[in-house]
Amino acid sequence: MADDWQPSASIETLRERARLLARVRAFFAERGVLEVETPVLGHGGSTDVHLDSLSLEAATPAGRERLWLQTSPEFHMKRLLAAGSGPIFQLARSFRDGEVGRRHNLEFTMLEWYRPGFTLDGLIGETDALIRQVLPGVGPCRQRRYRDLFRETLQVDPFSTPLDTLRQLATRHGQIDMRESERDGCLDLLMSLVIEPGLGRGGIDMVIDYPASQAALARWRHDPEDGVEVAARFEAYVEGLELANGYHELTDAAEQARRFAEDNRERERLGKPMVDSDRRLVAALQAGMPEGCGVALGMDRLIQLALGKSRVAEVMAFATPRA
Amino acid sequence: MANYSTNEFKGGLKVMLDGDPCNIVENEFVKPGKGQAFNRVKLRNLITGRVWERTFKSGESLEGADVMDLEMEYLYNDGDMWYFMKTDGSFEQYAVEKKALGDTEKWLKEQVAYTVTLWNDNAISVTPPNFIELEVVETDPGLKGDTAQGGSKPATLSSGAVVRVPLFINQGEVLKVDTRSGEYVSRA
Repeated sequence: MADDWQPSASIETLRERARLLARVRAFFAERGVLEVETPVLGHGGSTDVHLDSLSLEAATPAGRERLWLQTSPEFHMKRLLAAGSGPIFQLARSFRDGEVGRRHNLEFTMLEWYRPGFTLDGLIGETDALIRQVLPGVGPCRQRRYRDLFRETLQVDPFSTPLDTLRQLATRHGQIDMRESERDGCLDLLMSLVIEPGLGRGGIDMVIDYPASQAALARWRHDPEDGVEVAARFEAYVEGLELANGYHELTDAAEQARRFAEDNRERERLGKPMVDSDRRLVAALQAGMPEGCGVALGMDRLIQLALGKSRVAEVMAFATPRA
Repeated sequence: MANYSTNEFKGGLKVMLDGDPCNIVENEFVKPGKGQAFNRVKLRNLITGRVWERTFKSGESLEGADVMDLEMEYLYNDGDMWYFMKTDGSFEQYAVEKKALGDTEKWLKEQVAYTVTLWNDNAISVTPPNFIELEVVETDPGLKGDTAQGGSKPATLSSGAVVRVPLFINQGEVLKVDTRSGEYVSRA
């Protein structure tokens, strides 16, 4: 008899999961952050070149339309901010095609929250506090600059080392031909294979000051110390696991529209499908979204760490293979 | 053969890498927060048995390998090649080289069924059944009355394998042996 009808997490684990989710809700309730729910299906998808959105066709009041399953609840939440919601959070089911493995599942729970008026440092502090709410025993929090991590671990500078040197290094570490790759591709490989596994050992590492080319929906900031533009974003790591990704949010509608268009041009170049970009987000930014910061955190991974499980599937009722 | 993209990789899929057929052991998706995704893949080279760890850009693909596992009965060896016959009633025979036979050579017994792995219709490896019954052809005389516990001694089996057996086992007895660990299980 096949036993694949059974959940991928034990019932005891699901009880623990519910308890941790309640703790997260209490954390935000105490801080006056409003819980919201937004649609998982929208008319616009994520254009991010490195995220593959799922889409479907459905009958809507406007007829038969293509709708996109969200890769995160970001766009709808930003529209709430522009409409004057104030600070908000959401535990949102998100979908990413092709993301399968020990740390990934096709659909997962994203904890995303926005803090109008917060600085990036302020949000890093709150992210640290949230992680501690779920992992009370975790060690100290350190801020690590992207540039310093490359200098310390690989003795190269991500901004100024010649591209050829980075290509050779990536080729050697990945055992993969990276001789044609762009700078960001090489940096991504070295980050995932060499630097990431060592991050967040014995504490929380907050990686800051990413290259401007990796800004996604974050602003740029001039780094006075290094004299280069960096992306105003951070990522949180615990035990080699990337947990969260935070931005000083872009509020410039024209710049947002430009990045959507650029993403789709890059998609075309790579032979990836075009994605309908969210014109309503651009309109919301035009109307005015308050300055502030936001962060998305992989809730399943945080629960996985809290319960000492080795696979993210072990904290999900039914991971995709059993869904 | 078809091509397989990294998002079709899964344990057991047979693909070609560097000219050799490989079996995918593990496929791990890795991705820095917002960047390009890679797949970290462990593959067993089916010719050498060695495990390779390779990185692929997500979406890259590999050619499938024409590899099949078939059940075949061992017939005989002519000093050069070892001969096996399909058990599907076709009586089709395959000659296997010493290199492909590897460690399985010491577990060969006529009329026993083995798993023969074929690549492009050539035998590249032979896997014995997990348990096999073989006769002891040489061992020190058994100690009378010592059927309880303690001590072991080497015994040479009819296939050439040497296993540790309890002291009470005698020459001519047939034993059940676990071929994966090379350990004595019981008298047959």
